[in-house]
Amino acid sequence: MATHSITVTVNGSQEHLNVPSNMTLLQMLREKLALTGTKNGCEAGECGACTVLVDGDPVNSCMMLAVEADGCEVTTVEGLAHYHEGEVRLSPLQQAFVEHNAVQCGFCTPGMLISAHALLQRNAHPTEEEIREALVGNLCRCTGYLRIVRAVQEAAADT
Amino acid sequence: MFARPGLPSFDYVRAATPDEAIDLLEKHGEAARLLMGGTDLFVRMREGDIRPHIVVDVKHLPGMRTVTYNEREGLTVGAAVTMNQVASHPDVQARYPLLAQAAASVASYQLRNRATVGGNLCNASPCANTAPAALVLSGRMVLYAADGEREVPASEFFLGPGETKMRAIEMMTAIRFPVPPPGAVGRYLQLGRNKSGDLSIVGVAILGFPDGRASSSRPATDSGYGFRIGLASVAPVPLEALEAEDVLAHNPPGEETFALAAAKAMEAATPIDDVRGSSAYRKAMVRNLTLRGLRHVWKQLRNT
Repeated sequence: MATHSITVTVNGSQEHLNVPSNMTLLQMLREKLALTGTKNGCEAGECGACTVLVDGDPVNSCMMLAVEADGCEVTTVEGLAHYHEGEVRLSPLQQAFVEHNAVQCGFCTPGMLISAHALLQRNAHPTEEEIREALVGNLCRCTGYLRIVRAVQEAAADT
Repeated sequence: MFARPGLPSFDYVRAATPDEAIDLLEKHGEAARLLMGGTDLFVRMREGDIRPHIVVDVKHLPGMRTVTYNEREGLTVGAAVTMNQVASHPDVQARYPLLAQAAASVASYQLRNRATVGGNLCNASPCANTAPAALVLSGRMVLYAADGEREVPASEFFLGPGETKMRAIEMMTAIRFPVPPPGAVGRYLQLGRNKSGDLSIVGVAILGFPDGRASSSRPATDSGYGFRIGLASVAPVPLEALEAEDVLAHNPPGEETFALAAAKAMEAATPIDDVRGSSAYRKAMVRNLTLRGLRHVWKQLRNT
């Protein structure tokens, strides 16, 4: 099987990698870069647990080949917080998730954060319907979604 | 299934030109597949339905990611344009809102950033979200092979579930839509088991326009209005409900005519029972969605 020499900027860091043709972006992030925040839920592009940003757009990383990400900028959940003088500062959106108890088992959370983050980038003050529509591709089996929606609303209100 | 997550082995190749893509298809035959968004291809590969040795990426080829519109020739959508790009394009929203609605109805926001209109049509699922709109907007598939470019109208394109008029050694480069009839309005309605971007149980696209102006394929109507109705998920192929359209062309618009047309649309549907719905339910929903769609389109037509 062919391998490819690619350059991907992940959370601001340029990475030079050799990847086999059939490696997905999800596998690359988890297995080559040890960025295990992004999860494998369904491997079919339905659950959203693998959602990352590619050049600012949320995509299911299980449905994209690593080689297709050559030359792209990728943001994972690890890239949302700020690291300042050895301290981690959660983003306002992450903070809102914590305050609203929008995390139970946590498996959907990285994907939810990325999708919600992307929503707020393109629509700073979404309605509840717009939030739910934007999160259609992020399934949660624990929370019933309400607290997640409230967290996104709070993060939107604060901007 | 596979012992570890991932895709089966294959070689990824980025075609440098359309001719290189065609050459690879010729050389490898069944063992080669073209890659667009991958949102159908990778699912089918993981299921073991398709087993290509070579996957040829063609998204980046000239024109594949471009949307252009002008008042004379209409709209050209590159085959690799994503659903989100189509749904949010100002010219599509302004002149082909039915197409924008159809593209926006696919799956989820994330998936729509990868799924392409061309891939949706080439995959030719009977449920294809963009197919009813392609039919009623008189879309033409632009296909490229070793002998050059040809066009196939959407009405002739779909042959069966997953089967199209495309030849084995051919690729889709774009879909062309003529300028819509003046004053045309449209509505795409889709029924799913839930609101989580499920595959459709029934999909109905309705286009309505005033004056029933004669076109190259249709005579002028005597009701003062023309309607086109496209159906998905209720037959082996996406189809146009021609008899329903006839009813609407020759009878005054209103509840009585719409009910008759909806009944005709129901007759045109030949659905199967599957995990998402029974045949009887689907037929009933064709009638209901057609009725709703006609009411909605008629309201818009009266207000303009």
